[in-house]
Amino acid sequence: MSETVTKNSVKSADKESGERRLNMIEAINEALDVMLARDPDTVVFGEDVGYFGGVFRCTAGLQEKHGKSRVFDTPINECGIIGVAVGMGAYGLRPIPEIQFADYIYPGLDQLISEAARLRYRSAGEYIAPMTVRSPFGGGIFGGQTHSQSPESLFTHVSGLKTVIPATPYDAKGLLISAIEDNDPVIFFEPKRIYNGPFSGFYDNPVEPWKRHKDSIVPEGYYKVPLGKARQVTKGEQMTVLAYGTMVHVAEAVCEAKGVEADILDLRTMVPLDIEAIEASVKRTGRCMIVHEATRTSGFGAELSALVQERCFYHLEAPIERVTGFDTPYPHSLEWAYFPGPVRLGEAIDRLLKE
Amino acid sequence: MADRPKDAASTQGNAGQNKPSLTLHVPEPHYRPGDTVDYSHLDIPEAGAQIRPDEVCEAKETAPLAHDLIRVLGEDNKAHGPWDPKLTPDTLREMLGHFALVRAFDERMFRGQRQGKTSFYMKCTGEEATSVSTAMALAGDDMVFPSYRQQGVLIARGYPLIEMINQIYSNKGDKLKGRQLPIMYSSRKHSFFTISGNLATQTPQAVGWAMASAIKGDSRIAATWVGEGSTAEGDFHSACTFATVYNAPVILNVINNQWAISSFSGFAGGERTTFAARGLGYGLASLRVDGNDPLACYAAEKWAADRARANAGPTLIEFFTYRAEGHSTSDDPSGYRSAEEREEWPLGDPINRLKKHLIALGEWDEERQAALDVECVDLVKKTTKEAEKNGILGHGLHHPFHTMFEDVFEELPWHLQEQAEQAIHERETKFPEGLPKQ
Ligand SMILES: Cc1ncc(C[n+]2csc(CCOP(=O)(O)OP(=O)(O)O)c2C)c(N)n1
Ligand SMILES: [Mg+2]
Repeated sequence: MSETVTKNSVKSADKESGERRLNMIEAINEALDVMLARDPDTVVFGEDVGYFGGVFRCTAGLQEKHGKSRVFDTPINECGIIGVAVGMGAYGLRPIPEIQFADYIYPGLDQLISEAARLRYRSAGEYIAPMTVRSPFGGGIFGGQTHSQSPESLFTHVSGLKTVIPATPYDAKGLLISAIEDNDPVIFFEPKRIYNGPFSGFYDNPVEPWKRHKDSIVPEGYYKVPLGKARQVTKGEQMTVLAYGTMVHVAEAVCEAKGVEADILDLRTMVPLDIEAIEASVKRTGRCMIVHEATRTSGFGAELSALVQERCFYHLEAPIERVTGFDTPYPHSLEWAYFPGPVRLGEAIDRLLKE
Repeated sequence: MADRPKDAASTQGNAGQNKPSLTLHVPEPHYRPGDTVDYSHLDIPEAGAQIRPDEVCEAKETAPLAHDLIRVLGEDNKAHGPWDPKLTPDTLREMLGHFALVRAFDERMFRGQRQGKTSFYMKCTGEEATSVSTAMALAGDDMVFPSYRQQGVLIARGYPLIEMINQIYSNKGDKLKGRQLPIMYSSRKHSFFTISGNLATQTPQAVGWAMASAIKGDSRIAATWVGEGSTAEGDFHSACTFATVYNAPVILNVINNQWAISSFSGFAGGERTTFAARGLGYGLASLRVDGNDPLACYAAEKWAADRARANAGPTLIEFFTYRAEGHSTSDDPSGYRSAEEREEWPLGDPINRLKKHLIALGEWDEERQAALDVECVDLVKKTTKEAEKNGILGHGLHHPFHTMFEDVFEELPWHLQEQAEQAIHERETKFPEGLPKQ
């Protein structure tokens, strides 16, 4: 858990190209900054987000710049955080609450599931919940079972919630702006393992900083990455890989290490899902591997697998592979035995290509 | 902003209606980094000046105490007033011994984390009395539901240090099999509930355990500890409600150490009233105690324990104290609070206060204190070396991979069996020559 508090590094502008290289924390901070300046109805709040700027520093400097009634700390009460966001949305604000860790979102579930997700439906559009709930999620920082979970499928299972997970600084900023502007409640999970750099899954390799990654080039100001559009990470004919968050980078590294030419799709949004991109890719490659860090049973991979089977059955040349975390709580010391790393992915790739 | 309703916030409001504009109050602590700290606004009453109602009194008779501060140890280092628990010098020395051990342990484990021996640690510096002295006021088999800052309870109950270190290192001696974040101890043998990372969840559980004890006509009671910041969670309010409804034999200890990571107690409602006063609204007996006064901490907990044991009902106790160090090894408090706070804290340091009391009684001296401190440091050092033989947190290969799948359920279902085989197979693929040397 030593990485919990990271100092916000100075945004580095590349001397020659003038390109701005941001890590994911800086990109998220910038999206919030842009939206606070652009839309006077936005408000940012959560535990330790105000004066201190968040335990991961995602809201650093925002209170000072935009004022205490736009960016503020809250009581430690996730039910209250989501509940007041529903009320603020009813008034007409555009709340952007933070839940300190996804593992702590559960006390807020009633307000999210029974309230935020259903307001539009139950009032026939009279009331909406245009909130974006940001929360760091996923493992790989020795956080034990309460700082490591990936609960995305709990939310994709709820009608009325959108679920977004960025995998790069460029996307983090553009997707967050889209999420904030979206008039429906959006769960925005930030893969904390890659806040400071992409992760290959080879945990004993030195940490790569974002600045060597092409998608750390982040334009200034306002831009959007639309919800519901997947990102083509690599193009290849041998197989389709469906992934999101940290696992996009792990999949890319493993495919590269194995010399596999894969069509890797970074889904970016689970709901609404870019089914067209998935269908087109799988129909072309005939093979599909689905990767997520979350537990396996009823994970989002199960949904993806069902969709691919329903829509691409006659194009499949091998059974769909699902590579996931195990169905146990996230262990502390056996973290890397739990994590769906290169060996687990590599074997699934071998099985897919053997058929 | 596609189908944004026309009456969005920025177009609403009462402009022109000649009514005053509302403003949002966002709490602000008295001091931020660099500020000069002056605690003269804090009302610190004389030691010994507080009334002590009978343990079986009506809850409402405690009302004055919810806004007061129960104090026993005075400026003269002597015990005063009706709350003096009149402990023997031996018991006081025992308490001091636990204090010294807790502090030495915290220092060493914190350093261990900095040296990369583990991932995380949390100290309780300055708050030792709220766990050690309170635990000593309970019976050894009273059930405790702690938060993560009650290492003092375990130490007071004689839990072996080596077990604590093994857990912190997630090594092969760790009884929790390396599964839990460091300091998330569990010991059924010591009537110490497994610690959760999710705040305040333990509070209604303590009430439930106490209800069970009452259902069964048992004589044991339950106690729980929760940070002032965490009292904002709904779970805490559930605990208070159930405790009062069933008159449960339970003690709700609220540790008001002024801070919850970077948020001061005002974000849990501390600007408006005391944390003890919350209890009154529920109908709970409510006490507010100088949390750095070991005798007052002991006396209040004992009062509540006797009350619960007499079937007279639950008590909420606010311990007013100060988190002298960072929240955890992941935190740097210089980013949000003034460093002077610790120095200026008007209630002093619990260890120092108890030491001076014993000296004033003629039962202790500086030489013996120095010897005690050295003894504790040596014990911790020796035990740490011992524990390190079981390994430190490396890449976590101290435990057989199969253990990851055990205890999810009582029995291993087929899917976990398959996954366990997969994990073991992966280990053999990764390390064909056997596991790397630790
Ligand atoms: C449900 C939940 N929300 C948020 C957190 C993150 N968190 C861990 S400790 C902490 C502060 C708690 O402060 P307090 O209750 O005052 O206890 P202290 O640390 O001062 O002992 C927070 C917000 C958590 N562990 N669980
Ligand atoms: Mg606190």
